[in-house]
Amino acid sequence: MNPKNFNRLFFEPIQGATLSHSEAAEIFNKDEARTDWHDETLWFVREKRDKAVRQISEWEQLRTLGSDIKDHTLSNLDNYLTEFEKNAQANGIKIHWAIDAEEHNEIILRIIREQKVHQVVKSKSMLTEECHLNDFLSQRGVEVVDTDLGERIVQFRNEPPSHIVLPAIHLKKQDVSETFHEHLGTEKGNNDPQYLTEAARQHLREKFIKSQLAITGVNFAIASTGGFVVCTNEGNADMGAHAAKIHIACMGIEKIIPKAEHLGVFLRLLARSATGQPITTYSSHFHQPRAGQQMHIIIVDNGRTKQLGRPDFRSSLKCIRCAACFNTCPVYRRSGGHSYHTAVAGPIGSILNPNLDMKANADLPFASTLCGSCSNVCPVKIDIHVQLYKWRQELVSEGYTATGKKVAMKGMAFVLSHPSIYRIAGKMGRWMMRAFPFIMNNKSINPWYKQRDMPEAPKQSFRDWYKKNKQ
Amino acid sequence: MKVGLFIPCYVDQFYPKVAVATLELLEKLDCEVVFPLNQTCCGQPMANSGFASLSEGCDKNFVANFGEVDYIVSPSGSCVLHVKEHLHDQDEIKASHIRRHIYELTEFIVDVLKVENITASFPYKVGMHISCHGQRGLHLSSMSELSAPAFSKPAYLLNRVKGLQLSEPKRVDECCGFGGTFCVFEEAVSVKMGKDRITEHALNEVEYITGVDVSCLMHLEGILKRQGSKVKTIHIAEILNSH
Repeated sequence: MNPKNFNRLFFEPIQGATLSHSEAAEIFNKDEARTDWHDETLWFVREKRDKAVRQISEWEQLRTLGSDIKDHTLSNLDNYLTEFEKNAQANGIKIHWAIDAEEHNEIILRIIREQKVHQVVKSKSMLTEECHLNDFLSQRGVEVVDTDLGERIVQFRNEPPSHIVLPAIHLKKQDVSETFHEHLGTEKGNNDPQYLTEAARQHLREKFIKSQLAITGVNFAIASTGGFVVCTNEGNADMGAHAAKIHIACMGIEKIIPKAEHLGVFLRLLARSATGQPITTYSSHFHQPRAGQQMHIIIVDNGRTKQLGRPDFRSSLKCIRCAACFNTCPVYRRSGGHSYHTAVAGPIGSILNPNLDMKANADLPFASTLCGSCSNVCPVKIDIHVQLYKWRQELVSEGYTATGKKVAMKGMAFVLSHPSIYRIAGKMGRWMMRAFPFIMNNKSINPWYKQRDMPEAPKQSFRDWYKKNKQ
Repeated sequence: MKVGLFIPCYVDQFYPKVAVATLELLEKLDCEVVFPLNQTCCGQPMANSGFASLSEGCDKNFVANFGEVDYIVSPSGSCVLHVKEHLHDQDEIKASHIRRHIYELTEFIVDVLKVENITASFPYKVGMHISCHGQRGLHLSSMSELSAPAFSKPAYLLNRVKGLQLSEPKRVDECCGFGGTFCVFEEAVSVKMGKDRITEHALNEVEYITGVDVSCLMHLEGILKRQGSKVKTIHIAEILNSH
């Protein structure tokens, strides 16, 4: 059988022309040296995280505390959101509610048009990636400049970010050099990071000065004060928000924390988990617009209330987007963020995205060995690998599974439920493997055999031995 | 103490020597061991593929075979974890008894039998492969992600084997990439993960790679053989049962 057909028969089906995770990962792995480099780069971040968390003796208690605060908040989300709205409005911030990505994008477009804005800068916000805001605005003639260095690099290349904290981690400095040569006119072949960063700095400085409107994300929105915090390592959220006359901050409903005192827990958890830093370089607190400035907050649902209503998956909304689960995931490190074909990749993306679109993301919960490392690094103790397992059950019961797999599983279940059939099947299988090894030793029908030998098939099973020797 | 020996289906079929070693080892440690003859599989291959709904027959058969023994012991952390977390049956009293009394071999020896001396001899350089489900699921050893004291039940036993030199790879507890059906549906990543584990063990110049799960070892063995490597895989029961 053609290997492609084999794949389509047994692999999780996926919509349209998008490659499934396993197909994209196979392509990613063709360049083994580059896969090694990607794996080692991200493992370095995981190790930095390990060192950072071991420097504070109360790390595990801090995780429990962060998890408890988030659990509490999710159980009282309606109250905290309205408290936040009331306090933010009292501070002079305009609050908008968006039910989905489309409404979120429309609100931003309306503000842009009402205020006759042409220059927009945006600091990193995974929510705007999830809503495909850049495409939406550019199709309507509005240019958005991403000001996070990594995001600007992938924006030049017309690629999505491959990682939520390190958007251009899939690129080497040579790739950045080529991109900047093409878009910023830097010297061809000059791969010096400092030279390239300086070029980006000058380029972005001009964009900041000219911008009329700045969009930022929100890391934490504080119900009791109506203020919010944006964390960046480059200060680009501040540069944008302070230079522009309009600031729009976009947040998912799950970004709420009850009180300002809880920030101490989450800022400590976030930076250590994300990059191994004790604190993010800039933790910028926004409370009210400065004189003459407009400040808007868009509070977005986009499937979150639906996830909140799924008992098995609601705790995924505790996520603070640190990407520690990406860095520790042996599959992510060896398949790259783009293989996940979604704004949020990695293990957490694999439990969030099926909620947004089961059919399009049916492959993602299977892009894991269920090793459990993701759950152990999660700063808010989301049981990610347990939810991956549960999504598999959910997807199969909703019918999002390949026909071949379903037939094979039914056959397997039948054999294994009947001891005598199991024994005959086992005996026949082992005999076949010994007598006709070429059947299983066939790379096009047996994916195991492509790069691995088959185990030897012994003449007798353990049961045969036991009956002969012990009874 | 009556111990029911649970031999996972693929071990029964492909690695009977591991099952023999487990049986002999438990008998050496003065356990009364029975091997219920109608056992098949714990149902994990279906459940991890999203077909837990089809594992009812396996569950029923498992309870019929193991409902009457004091303890259930198996040379596979992964299968044990699956039973512990997911076994349910109409006879919930028996199912619950099984869930609470099923043990992976090394945790049974350390925690239940409280064995302090091992008479085995294995004069080789051995690399420890930590299997995820045994470690992160059954807590057989400490986990590199957590800020907690270090321990390892399998290493505790291996360090008591005469002549054995134990080493661990640089990334002590990274997954080997087997992952059940993951090994065929995500073949490229699965093999790459296995190759990377092997590379790290090879840097320690090991002669054997051992672990508590035959599945991980089968995957690593497949790659080692294809590479033409001299490094062999061996289940921990075979080492602990060696003389």
